[in-house]
Amino acid sequence: MALDEQSGVRTGVPESAADPQDDRPRMGFFTDTSVCIGCKACEVACKEWNLVPEDGLDFTAMSFDNTSGLGADTWRHVAFIEQRAPLGAQETNLGRPEGAPDSVDLGMPSFDLPGAYTGEDERGEFRWLMSSDVCKHCTHAACLDVCPTGSLFRTEYGTVVVQEDICNGCGYCVPACPYGVIDQRKDDGRVWKCTLCYDRLGEGMEPACAKACPTDSIQYGDLDELRERADERLRNLHEHGIGSAQLYGRDPDDGVGGDGAFFLLLEDPEVYGLPPDPVVTTRDLPSMWRHAGVAAATLLAGITATFLGRRR
Amino acid sequence: MSTSDVTKEGIRGARPGREAMTGAVSDGHRSRESPDRGRGGGSEFRSYYDQPVLNQITWKPQDIGGYLFLGGLAGASSVLAAGADLTGRPDLARPLRYTALGAVSGSLAALIHDLGRPERFLNMLRVIKWTSPMSVGTWILVCYGPLAGAAAVSQATGILPGAGRLAGLGAGAIGPAVAAYTAPLICNTAVPAWHEGYREMPFVFVGSGAAAAGGMGMITAPVGQAGPARRAGVVGSALENAAVATMERRMGMIAEPYKQGRGGALMRAAKVLTIGGAVGALVGGRSRTVSAIAGAALVAGSACTRFGVFKAGQDSAADPKYTVVPQRQRIRDRERAAAQEGGDGGEQGAQDPAGD
Ligand code: SF4
Ligand code: SF4
Repeated sequence: MALDEQSGVRTGVPESAADPQDDRPRMGFFTDTSVCIGCKACEVACKEWNLVPEDGLDFTAMSFDNTSGLGADTWRHVAFIEQRAPLGAQETNLGRPEGAPDSVDLGMPSFDLPGAYTGEDERGEFRWLMSSDVCKHCTHAACLDVCPTGSLFRTEYGTVVVQEDICNGCGYCVPACPYGVIDQRKDDGRVWKCTLCYDRLGEGMEPACAKACPTDSIQYGDLDELRERADERLRNLHEHGIGSAQLYGRDPDDGVGGDGAFFLLLEDPEVYGLPPDPVVTTRDLPSMWRHAGVAAATLLAGITATFLGRRR
Repeated sequence: MSTSDVTKEGIRGARPGREAMTGAVSDGHRSRESPDRGRGGGSEFRSYYDQPVLNQITWKPQDIGGYLFLGGLAGASSVLAAGADLTGRPDLARPLRYTALGAVSGSLAALIHDLGRPERFLNMLRVIKWTSPMSVGTWILVCYGPLAGAAAVSQATGILPGAGRLAGLGAGAIGPAVAAYTAPLICNTAVPAWHEGYREMPFVFVGSGAAAAGGMGMITAPVGQAGPARRAGVVGSALENAAVATMERRMGMIAEPYKQGRGGALMRAAKVLTIGGAVGALVGGRSRTVSAIAGAALVAGSACTRFGVFKAGQDSAADPKYTVVPQRQRIRDRERAAAQEGGDGGEQGAQDPAGD
């Protein structure tokens, strides 16, 4: 599959769509937050590989999050959500496909299993949700649509990348992104975001974050395949009673035509800082141009009218 | 292991009823009364520790607010100047041509100054993209600027008066586009207070531009020739205020940033100034002094509108409420519509089985 067939139609933009002749598979991420342990290996690996500058480690006074959100210098961001929600005791092996090998005891230093000495009712009133956020590499990418220099472009992998030698730092893409991903690096003037490790893909390597992720919460691959895998995982979790599990950005019919990087969440998207129903702004652009055209004609007609009638 | 702990809202010790869910019950915890729901204020919503969903607008208010104001002033001034020229009002046409050149230069300078890499401004001319109003606008300015410049320079120096007049008419023809394109420019973003106003914003902007150009005409031209400027000021002010009112009504809760804080103050100042200026133009247009004061009020009011709109956009991007609440509402409306259609809701149900 190339890109979504509707690309050109929905935004009226050839730029945002890949060449329909191109039958190379679209590559992406599936981030399964239900297995994320919040280790931040992805954040570190991304910084290391992409030489993303240090931007301060401040505890934001909100949980264990010390990067607070995606930006010019944070291309993977691990969100930590503390909730007073009963999840019961954590179970390992949940949702593991039949016949998969058993989990391994890593021999972590511990005398006893956590909670072994507490009664049933002492456990499980508190849960942590961890989720590694990233650029969604939207099918209809607002950042790419609005870029006036053509610096942002669609790669042969269907991903969205900034060409740093072209960006003039106009900053238009920043408020255009419905997810709050791309941002300007202040001392540099240009904008930066996840490239889905464009340089590694060319060498046949997976992106640094996916490589580093110890739980395979971040999975990289052919988007079609990832979607199948995600559907399977969702079905599994639902069967095991985790009714709140939901896929985010998987639906090719959503407001951005589906995300190249999509997620399995255990809560509503806004709890993770994600917009619940994002829409690519350029979807309304044809209507915006029409309204502006009528307004311009109104101005011309109105000022012409001021010259009619009585002289002076 | 303690069961009370410190959360953002304070210490919580009370234990909710125990409903183990992993491997047991399904959607027990999705109750709408969950303590994580954001602060109230009428519209309940949840967020990630009140962090904004969007990244913040990097444009500097003086630069881009000024760019919006000066663009409107330039475009409408050229239209007014062309009309004055065609109807034999040279004393109105002349200052407005100078205004147009000054304003478009200022507008372009503000845009370039705002770039992270100003020396790369010309990269804007690598491509022309209809999906990017900034690209389209830059090309409009590239066509308009030289015409406005030629008209003003020829006026000032007396060189090639015929060509100068023609250039002035050309600038007048492109002027409406110059005044209008900045509305799609800001509305074509995810900023709630801008995007949701995309239908009315072009009318706010051309009205505001006409008011400013009319005001400039009233300040600079003798009252005998300034009739069209006065009428442009009045009509522009009326259009702007009507469009703002319609826009705020349609946007619902997203209009709050236009009413609160500094954005609200600027919008109220704009209203007072443009209406006051229009009244001055109507009743005191025959007096040179009243004309000048009313004209200045119109110009200042137009500037306040642009800075107010800019500030409202910034505020709406900084508060997750304006992103989350309308989107949640959209989902609920969709689900309700799907439920009403009966069997049609199957697909959605699969996506969100725990939905209530
Ligand atoms: S998530 Fe934002 S930055 Fe990433 S492709 Fe989509 S619009 Fe662009
Ligand atoms: S800041 Fe750079 S990448 Fe973003 S829209 Fe402007 S030129 Fe394009």
